[in-house]
Amino acid sequence: MRFLRLLFVFLRVGILGEISYRSNFFFHLFESLLELGTALAGLAVVFSHTSTLAGWRPDEIVALVGIYFLVSGAIRMVIQPSMERLIEAVHEGTLDFTLTKPEDAQLLVSVQRVEIWSITDIVLGSGVLSVALVRLGANVGVSEAAAFAAALAAGGVIVYSFWLMLATLSFWFVRVENMLQIFSSMYEAGRWPVSFYPRWMRFMLTFLIPVAFATTVPAQALAGHLTMKTLAGAFALAAALLVMSRAFWRVGIRRYSSASS
Amino acid sequence: MRGLAGIYVQQFKTTLASFIQYRAALVIWLIGHVLEPLIYLVVWSTVSRSSGGSVGGFTPADFAAYFLVLMIVNHLTYTWIMYEYEYRVRQGTLSAELLRPVHPIHSDIADNITSKLITLPGMLVIAVLLGFIFRPAFHPVPWAMAAFVPAILLAFVVRFFAEWTLALAAFWTTRVSALNQMYFMAALFFSGQIAPLELLPHPVRIIAFVLPFRWTIGFPTELLLGRLTPAQALTGIAMQTAWLAASLVLMRFVWRAGLKVYSAVGA
Repeated sequence: MRFLRLLFVFLRVGILGEISYRSNFFFHLFESLLELGTALAGLAVVFSHTSTLAGWRPDEIVALVGIYFLVSGAIRMVIQPSMERLIEAVHEGTLDFTLTKPEDAQLLVSVQRVEIWSITDIVLGSGVLSVALVRLGANVGVSEAAAFAAALAAGGVIVYSFWLMLATLSFWFVRVENMLQIFSSMYEAGRWPVSFYPRWMRFMLTFLIPVAFATTVPAQALAGHLTMKTLAGAFALAAALLVMSRAFWRVGIRRYSSASS
Repeated sequence: MRGLAGIYVQQFKTTLASFIQYRAALVIWLIGHVLEPLIYLVVWSTVSRSSGGSVGGFTPADFAAYFLVLMIVNHLTYTWIMYEYEYRVRQGTLSAELLRPVHPIHSDIADNITSKLITLPGMLVIAVLLGFIFRPAFHPVPWAMAAFVPAILLAFVVRFFAEWTLALAAFWTTRVSALNQMYFMAALFFSGQIAPLELLPHPVRIIAFVLPFRWTIGFPTELLLGRLTPAQALTGIAMQTAWLAASLVLMRFVWRAGLKVYSAVGA
């Protein structure tokens, strides 16, 4: 897998760049712990007043929080830094260096910067998810686990394609990083099941800012609430967005004129 | 005094100009301010519906009123000074401000008030639109609405001085983001942002009574909604005044100590 090999190389570069600033790790860990603690304490407050929340049991929502941290950690570690670097490179004309490399350019720009310490979010998120899984115990069978893995993969592809399409806009527009900012601030809404939100917000969180597929749908799979129809829909959307983002990237790259060199 | 007024007017113009330049930043900022109370409004309405239409005396309509007012109150008292001070100290731009013949806090106050004036209309429009969707229940109490005016002004100054003092931590460390996050987390729980304080466990409420967070956000909100008795309102104003005095003393002390260690790194 060339993709994994490339990702591994950039991961190593990320580690090498940060290894001299090891104390950063502890600050990142501390901030992640604070964020996670806040989220869990908030849940504790909510569930001190009710035992289920619109059909969701406490451990299922805890699993959702774990998934949220896992996915947002992956975004913050690879997708967001890489896409920000892409926008920068388009503005400054340094994308030339990427285009001349004997490797698929889309693959290269997608993993070109790894902010290694965000791994604390991924590790903590997985930890919370595992604890929730153990507590859900018998309710999670093989089929639920398989559906979860599939839903998470589809969600990851949807989020990645969406970010790539936004970042590709930088071939035409200047202030694209603001849109990325808006996306990442809206992403916070994915910490709760999207079914809680009023219909217009649910629509936004599913299709305009596809948070629902990255967090709610995998959590639904774990809880056994997921219908085959939703899972198939997630896969169809993931495939469509992947193809679309690839095509859009091709059109964008053709427009690139290496402006400042 | 006339010189000071001139400074405020000048800062007003500067801030206005920079806002017109950076409109997108304004939108990002607004989304952040709207989204958080909106999420908790949705969550608590769901809790309320899950437990038969009311939780701790709050119906979904009461939650809507609470979180929409809280959104406005938080917006009116919000500061972003911590992020700014870190930059000023790290880049050494504070040095230029120190050369001016007035205390640098004045330009910060003017900047904050100007930003609020510019963004408030947008915020009110959003609140009204959300009001049509979530149908909040208001039970206005005239005396409480009158008492809201001094309460929100006190809340603004207390929060401004407290957060300005916190921002000065940048003099001693470059790692202020961990400190800021701790502050915001404490504020989330003890101010009533995550839920009305009545719904939180008893120990949290006791701590919230002593800390300043409740008095700068939750208290004005509950007051405007008419959820407080006159005695509670007076207690709140007394606590705000006490925190105002405490934060003023602390601010002077920390500012002097901070200037002594400031070495204009990077300038």
